[in-house]
Amino acid sequence: MDTQLDLWEVFIQKKDGSEHAHVGSVHASDSKMALQNARDIYTRRNEGTSIWVVPSNYITASNPEDASMLFDPSTEKVYRHPTFYVVPAGAKQI
Amino acid sequence: MTTHNALYKYLLFLGDNGLIQGHRLSELCSNGPILEEDLAMTNLALDHIGRAQAFLKYAGEVEGKGRTEDDLAYKRGEREFYNNLIAELPNGDFACTIARMLIVSSFEYLLFTALCTSKNATIAAIAAKAVKEAKYHFIHSRDWCYRLGKGTEESHRRLQNGFNEFWMFTGELFEMDADFAALANDGISADLAALKPQWLALVQPILADSNIAIPNVDYMQTGSRNGIHTEYLGHILSEMQYLQRAYPDAKW
Repeated sequence: MDTQLDLWEVFIQKKDGSEHAHVGSVHASDSKMALQNARDIYTRRNEGTSIWVVPSNYITASNPEDASMLFDPSTEKVYRHPTFYVVPAGAKQI
Repeated sequence: MTTHNALYKYLLFLGDNGLIQGHRLSELCSNGPILEEDLAMTNLALDHIGRAQAFLKYAGEVEGKGRTEDDLAYKRGEREFYNNLIAELPNGDFACTIARMLIVSSFEYLLFTALCTSKNATIAAIAAKAVKEAKYHFIHSRDWCYRLGKGTEESHRRLQNGFNEFWMFTGELFEMDADFAALANDGISADLAALKPQWLALVQPILADSNIAIPNVDYMQTGSRNGIHTEYLGHILSEMQYLQRAYPDAKW
């Protein structure tokens, strides 16, 4: 019998304004416990300013077998990258 | 008027509570019910030990005999410790551990909230940090009380048993002595007796929502204000202080 609690994925925001990045997972029986466990496992050394937890079974993942269909077509199309434009002086983040 | 000695003793009280409670929680390292809770408990243990370090360091300065926080932690005898008795009791099972954590963290949350406005700047600064930790310990144990209290028959029985075990040690938390009263009069320490109604107001609804009955206790344990402890403190110290006792001033 599987006696583990439910699995939750943990996302941490490193500083205000930045994105929440996936850092790992925790076991927990409810969302509060998941947040507390995530806090105690992943933010003990000043790693974050915000935590998201998501039940792992709510995540739909692509099938590795589909990788060539999904991702290969973009590899040879340089025109998809905005490399033909001159970046205006002063625009630091594009 | 506050005496030097009274302040020193009060700092030992604050530091020893952190040190002994932290040591007890650290015993759960590798013994938690699940990996996540194992890490959580040891994390909370480190909060307590950090707090102990700050208070004992300051205690050493106030004492003025050149003793460091390590000297005070590892080279004092049982009768010179002033932690509340509840801190030194064995963890018991996980439900007992949670019951104690709820009792202690709710008390500490109120204590450190009060100490944030202490006229002693060092105590106020340490309290400002500790109150955030205590709040988290309180939330963490409160949520576990709900889960265990409203969980299965077995988890409820164990949680009720935990509160039954520890309740007779709750009276001492609010005990004042002459030194504590003098410090409270000067605005340096908190009036512990005045915290009791606040504490009950904080804890009672949580117990009610967890289907836990408040134990009927005729006699409250006491002693730590005078350095009188249960038989458990000596065992903790013999383990905690072993290295310094066997190899004085050993460093690594």
